[in-house]
Amino acid sequence: MAEQQAPGESVLSLVGAAKSFGPVVALADGTIDIRPGEIHALVGENGAGKSTLVKILAGVHQPDSGDFRVAGELVSFKSPAESKAVGVSVIYQEPTLFPDLTVAENIFIGRQPKGRSGLISRREMRRQARELFARLGVPIDPDRVAEGLSIADQQIIEIAKAISLDAKVLVMDEPTAALSGVEVERLFGVARGLRDKGAGILFISHRFDEVFDLTDRITVMRDGRYISTHDTHTVTIDEIVREMVGRELGALFPKVEAPIGDTVLKVSGLARAGVFSNITFDVKAGEIVALSGLVGAGRTEVARAIFGIDPYDRGTVTLSGRTLAGHSPQAAIAAGIGMVPEDRRKQGLVMDLSVAKNATLTLRKKLARFGLISGKRERAAAEEWSKVLQVKTGSQDYAVSTLSGGNQQKVVIAKWLATEPKLLIVDEPTRGIDVGTKSEVHRLISDLAGRGIAILMISSELPEVLGMADRVLVMHEGRITAELPRSEATAERIMLAATATLEEAAR
Amino acid sequence: MTLSTKPNPAGAGAPARSGAAATDRNASAFSTFVRAREIPVASALVVLVVITAVINSQFLNPQGVKDLLLNATILIIMAAGQSLVIITRNVDLSVGSVLGLVAFGTGSLFNAFPNIPIVVVFLIGMVFGAVLGGINGLLVTAAKVPALVITLGTLYIFRGVLNAWAGGTQYFAGDRPVSFSDLSTETVIGFPIITLIAVFVVVAVAIFMHAVRSGRDLYAIGSDPDAALLFGIPVSRRVLYAFVANGVLTGLAGVLYASRFNSVGATTGDGLELNVVAAAVVGGVAIAGGSGTVYGAAIGALLLTTITSALTAVRVDKFWQQAIVGLLILASIIVDRVASIRRARKLRVSEARDV
Repeated sequence: MAEQQAPGESVLSLVGAAKSFGPVVALADGTIDIRPGEIHALVGENGAGKSTLVKILAGVHQPDSGDFRVAGELVSFKSPAESKAVGVSVIYQEPTLFPDLTVAENIFIGRQPKGRSGLISRREMRRQARELFARLGVPIDPDRVAEGLSIADQQIIEIAKAISLDAKVLVMDEPTAALSGVEVERLFGVARGLRDKGAGILFISHRFDEVFDLTDRITVMRDGRYISTHDTHTVTIDEIVREMVGRELGALFPKVEAPIGDTVLKVSGLARAGVFSNITFDVKAGEIVALSGLVGAGRTEVARAIFGIDPYDRGTVTLSGRTLAGHSPQAAIAAGIGMVPEDRRKQGLVMDLSVAKNATLTLRKKLARFGLISGKRERAAAEEWSKVLQVKTGSQDYAVSTLSGGNQQKVVIAKWLATEPKLLIVDEPTRGIDVGTKSEVHRLISDLAGRGIAILMISSELPEVLGMADRVLVMHEGRITAELPRSEATAERIMLAATATLEEAAR
Repeated sequence: MTLSTKPNPAGAGAPARSGAAATDRNASAFSTFVRAREIPVASALVVLVVITAVINSQFLNPQGVKDLLLNATILIIMAAGQSLVIITRNVDLSVGSVLGLVAFGTGSLFNAFPNIPIVVVFLIGMVFGAVLGGINGLLVTAAKVPALVITLGTLYIFRGVLNAWAGGTQYFAGDRPVSFSDLSTETVIGFPIITLIAVFVVVAVAIFMHAVRSGRDLYAIGSDPDAALLFGIPVSRRVLYAFVANGVLTGLAGVLYASRFNSVGATTGDGLELNVVAAAVVGGVAIAGGSGTVYGAAIGALLLTTITSALTAVRVDKFWQQAIVGLLILASIIVDRVASIRRARKLRVSEARDV
């Protein structure tokens, strides 16, 4: 198929697309070329810019620059409706069905078949939906509401939607993340069928076995940039992984060797139905343990369960020998756990309160006399920690929302340090923080470990994991698939374990 | 695997499912009927009427029925309009003030132009309502502030304008043509004319919501606004139109109010918005949007009105009547909430098969 295609015949091509959100560059060079009758894989680490690229193709985002063509014609979509109108259909990672509407209506919304009266003909709609499902070989009742459908069935409905639209280009953003083996096979059967009828398919996946099994070509992205495109049968998994992570680690991470003490946190057999299972590990005093893996692998959920935000069905969490009551953040804090959440703006800080008030949120009881908090003592306590952490702010009274991301993060950390924690959980500590301040946050975390605090760090950034961690735990689909000491941790091994090609990780 | 002790519907696998689906299909028409949110309300209404009629035989005489319908008419039209807005996951709290403005405007019109054709008055009232609804809609869609806050603001603004306009003035039925008041007293086969207007409105809006594409879009928007945007539904425009349509219906209700009641003035319609929202919610229109029907809202309005009359007919203390209405609202919300928690739980466990 591929050799008959001249480059000009692509059904969709995007060259050098850039997209920034304020100061954050989400996509620096988005380039993709999809030919009719091919399945094209797009791979890259978390944050490589794949999702932004997909949203540009879908018409959700408008690129700041770049050349975007569909069937050779320059296009610039102002809305998803325009993208759909020229035959681009997108299936998002999270299916976007309307839970209150029936399955048939979800497929046909906005273009429901009409009867002679000009009103929607539900019978005709049902008939067409049945026909689609018959073609796909799945028995889904078109009359049931979409709410409560399994993810697999939701994906099938999205595909039925795309087929009924006669899509020229079908974009699938990690469609298999939540599917079982049989369901994946069924999905692939459908994808191959569409390809053979001449549609161009863009397939985004973290599972290399699938990428190599299904696709004709592979495009690699890294740090918002296009890296390369290969014919699938001419490359190996190793080469692709190297291109995905290929980055100089350099001296960005001032990891200080800290003496490692007794076990602080011990998690055994932790499980929550549908989220994670059989999670067992420990963290020692002065040790930084990284929890690595892809977005959605269940890392944050494990952290939330340890901290008591979410309940768990099975297993125990022990801190310094004492078993913690589950589902109680108060108990976790009292026992000496601090949690720096992923979304610091929403969960870590009260954005409209002052720096001093935020930094002392965990100390309110200690600072209060007769139930009233003295502003003076509050400022004094905040001052102390801000100095230690070098928070750069004009005044302790400024709203914390006026600080830069890195300094906000320091305030969150200060808040927990004031409670003198034994264990600090940091979830994506440097997300959204500029490169300069990143290393400051890293130095801080390293310092804390040096003072004997046990650190559990969740991070999607491989260089950060490799640079900071004494030990790396890798999660995949709710389970720990590898435990690597610092000396054995490499980007390739982590990536392979995160995508659960375990045998190769062991080699 | 670790889930072996839990029921695991999806784990049954594809082969077993094809048989189940066939049974599903036969059962679905019946189960859709039973699960419909309108059924509990309608049954409650029937039970209420029967019990009250048994206790007080005067309750169902022709005059009693006529009063019941007349009292419910205005609330029914407003609940139908409100349900359009609530289904898009918005709410319009300013309807009481809008009704007041239009009703007083109707009184002023007849006062200034005694010979004005009644049809023209209806048109002017509906256009007036549309403009006020449009103001709400524009503010909600352009400012991206929750409708609850916006319409709480316009509730007071519209009421303030009415206070300034009306002052101490009141217009009475005597100032209006007899043929206008006749709309509320004359009956066709036992139904007051304005009630027939309400029935017509409910049927028309229900058909629109059930079988016209833009009507279905309103459900999609309320069901998942983000998905609606991703899908390319013109969310802002549809929401704006829902507010305008609600304004038109509230305008119509305002004109009918002037026909039905003796006096219109600065306080007309004060507090009515709560009855309207209550009627829609009791009738099964989910306050979180995406589901419910216009029929349900109309039945809810009829139920609320009937309950007040029924409690009076069986001589329940007036103070208890409001508390009972409150219980009804809580009950319908709890029924909704329990159902959705159950569904969410089922979903979480059924997705669990691989972990």
